[in-house]
Amino acid sequence: MPTLWFLIVALMLVAYVVLDGFDLGAGALHLVIGRTDEERATVIRTIGPVWDGNEVWLLAAGGALYFAFPLLYASAFSGFYLPLMMVLWLLMLRAIGIEFRVHSKSPVWRAFFDTIFAAGSVLLAIFYGAALGNVVRGVPLNTEGYFFLPLWTNWRVGPTPGILDWYTVLSGVLALVALTVHGGLYVTTKTEGTLNERARKVVSVLWPALAILTVLSLIATVAIRPVLLTNFKAQPLGYLIPLLVFGSLIALFFYHSKGREKSAFICSCLYLAGMLGGAAYAVYPNVLMASGDAANNLTIANTVTGSYAMLIAIRWWSVGIIFAIAYFVFLYRMFRGKVTTAAGDSHGY
Amino acid sequence: MESALLVHRLHFAFTVTYHYLFPQLTMGLAPLIVVLKTLALWKKDERYNNAARFWAKIFGINFVLGVVTGIPMEFQFGTNWSHFSRFAGGVIGQTLAMEGLFAFFLESTFLGLFLYGEKRLSPKMHWFAAFMVFFGSWLSGYFIVATDAWMQHPVGYETLPNGTVMVNSFWGLILNRWALWQYAHNMSGAVITGAFVMTAIGAYYLLSKKHVDQGQIFVRTGIIAGLIASCLQLFPTGDGQGRMIAQHQPVTLAAMEALYNTQPGAPLLIMGQPDSHKGSIDNPLAVPKMLSFLTYKRWNAEVKGLDAFPKEDWPDNIPLLYYSYHIMVGLGTIFIAVMLVSAFLLWRKKLFEARWMLWILMLSAPFPYIANTAGWLTAEMGRQPWLVYGVMRTAEGYSKMVSAGNGWFTLLGFMGMYTVLSILFLFLVYREIEHGPVGLPSGDKFTKEAAVVSAD
Repeated sequence: MPTLWFLIVALMLVAYVVLDGFDLGAGALHLVIGRTDEERATVIRTIGPVWDGNEVWLLAAGGALYFAFPLLYASAFSGFYLPLMMVLWLLMLRAIGIEFRVHSKSPVWRAFFDTIFAAGSVLLAIFYGAALGNVVRGVPLNTEGYFFLPLWTNWRVGPTPGILDWYTVLSGVLALVALTVHGGLYVTTKTEGTLNERARKVVSVLWPALAILTVLSLIATVAIRPVLLTNFKAQPLGYLIPLLVFGSLIALFFYHSKGREKSAFICSCLYLAGMLGGAAYAVYPNVLMASGDAANNLTIANTVTGSYAMLIAIRWWSVGIIFAIAYFVFLYRMFRGKVTTAAGDSHGY
Repeated sequence: MESALLVHRLHFAFTVTYHYLFPQLTMGLAPLIVVLKTLALWKKDERYNNAARFWAKIFGINFVLGVVTGIPMEFQFGTNWSHFSRFAGGVIGQTLAMEGLFAFFLESTFLGLFLYGEKRLSPKMHWFAAFMVFFGSWLSGYFIVATDAWMQHPVGYETLPNGTVMVNSFWGLILNRWALWQYAHNMSGAVITGAFVMTAIGAYYLLSKKHVDQGQIFVRTGIIAGLIASCLQLFPTGDGQGRMIAQHQPVTLAAMEALYNTQPGAPLLIMGQPDSHKGSIDNPLAVPKMLSFLTYKRWNAEVKGLDAFPKEDWPDNIPLLYYSYHIMVGLGTIFIAVMLVSAFLLWRKKLFEARWMLWILMLSAPFPYIANTAGWLTAEMGRQPWLVYGVMRTAEGYSKMVSAGNGWFTLLGFMGMYTVLSILFLFLVYREIEHGPVGLPSGDKFTKEAAVVSAD
């Protein structure tokens, strides 16, 4: 049962990254591929009806984490205090940017809100990557399972790390490139004409960078945390996950150059799922590793709540997730197809 | 002022107080929008659709602000109150996670459909979208109130070997009697805000002789809803909530009334300034024996004063608690009076000419916000010094790893951020009010062809 909840939380986080990932990516891109106000508005319109729904997956995953593994939630949220607060501010700035650009009539303010939205998106992508980097690298947990990290110390992976060191910065940059590619592919599936071409070009330019960064980050991960290979050695089937990562990366390039937009986008989803799944597979059954004494690791066993709570929750969760998926299918079908640049839609999207 | 406990309390208090300015309006407006949409369908009158569309815009702006200020609340349980979260996550994590799964997904989906789907949906489907937005926002409210109710009156849980707590009765947690009363009281409070705001904007249009048609609809709908909600706020919901406090938190009741000494035939204080050092009230204005009667329905019943309880269990800010409670009750009484008079004028068909009353209605809009805020301050300061009543003290719950310096840094950051949000919010709402309720541009209306085209 605890492992099931570990899987559920991991799956919901994957859903969050795959879904909100494309609107973060589109946000990071829209100043680059949208040269005119009209083009930028069109990019925003591709994510307009779905971005806040995508963000709900973060809250839903956080909620599941909260009741299933209370100590993990308590430890990680207080330990990552400063970066989480900044994530909150960035989420706010992003929401302000997108909502107020739609409501704003003055081109000056629209340009301002566009910039806010783009900056928020870029920084969030970097923060998320750095966050994952921190989880993989480990944090200085004390015997009670708590820690507190400053934003940076000496930029080295050592006994007193900061949120940012060379490894987590590498993860952050990787995340930014990966999500930009992801968002770029999404924009190609939703647009036509100039925007489509520019988004395609961004993906073509960034793909080699993504491939190199992925390899670099895997090497770096194994170098600083050889212990992460334990699960793979014990169960070689796990090697299918890196295979999936590289397979989807290559397929992405192949479909992209053939102009098969949807297939390329699906490959990008698989790539993200593979990267996150690989991290989850490698750390299991730990949920947060100590950078110092491994005895202080937070594991599924020492953070989990009682069995009745998990049992009762699996019932309502199963019902709730069916509804959630149904809403999403409905919403995406409702707004499916390409977004046109026609300015006739006076209601924003 | 360098106490970490104080900073973390201020941090949560500031962000949650600011946050609740928005949901109280969305939860209050949602049922009123459903009423307008129903009238439009039933009377086949496009004016009600225009009214609903105008309020949907105000709703939408408030909803976004509610979401962006609400996400920090969910985070702060972990960031600022991690020891509490570790202890109680097995209980309140459930209700918070349910809110995410059941209410947020529903709200975000149907709000998108409601705000942007009018020309893609048939009128009945659009009504349904409005109804689901209402349902979702009220469901969301229930999970939050159930979470708070468990902190006020913990039920349906057991202690695990590691010292933390876990839910052991799902329905016990969900149907906590405290939650039912608190929810009823809170939701009628939200409808009061929605109704007063709707009435105020209607009154503004009538006074400035713009959009008079719409102004009359707003005022009529707002006054009827406001009268019902103001009365429900006092009885039975306020009375029921009061009895819960008298029964389960008697020391809170004594502090709310600033009743320092246990006495039979206790008076009800209308005004006066409590002095906790002397243990008395300065300049008291009181109704003799009224408190005994309201609490126990007997004029000479003995009501326990603060002296009946150990000092370490007293709420830690008695004057502020006392004022919050009295401001809430005082304003609640005024709301009933305002709504009764305007409903009478409406019934006699004199209201739309009675400019003095329209002025009062227009200027009343801020007061329900104050009353709702004061009500929540009463509930939460009344719970002190406990974080979970009788189980965990507030001083045990905050994040010990997060220093006061880091707390101040982010608290100031939130203050700055929320100042910017307030300016943007007021600007947008002001612009919508000036723009006024106008019909959909022709061609944007729902047609069979448009539905077919957009479904392709």
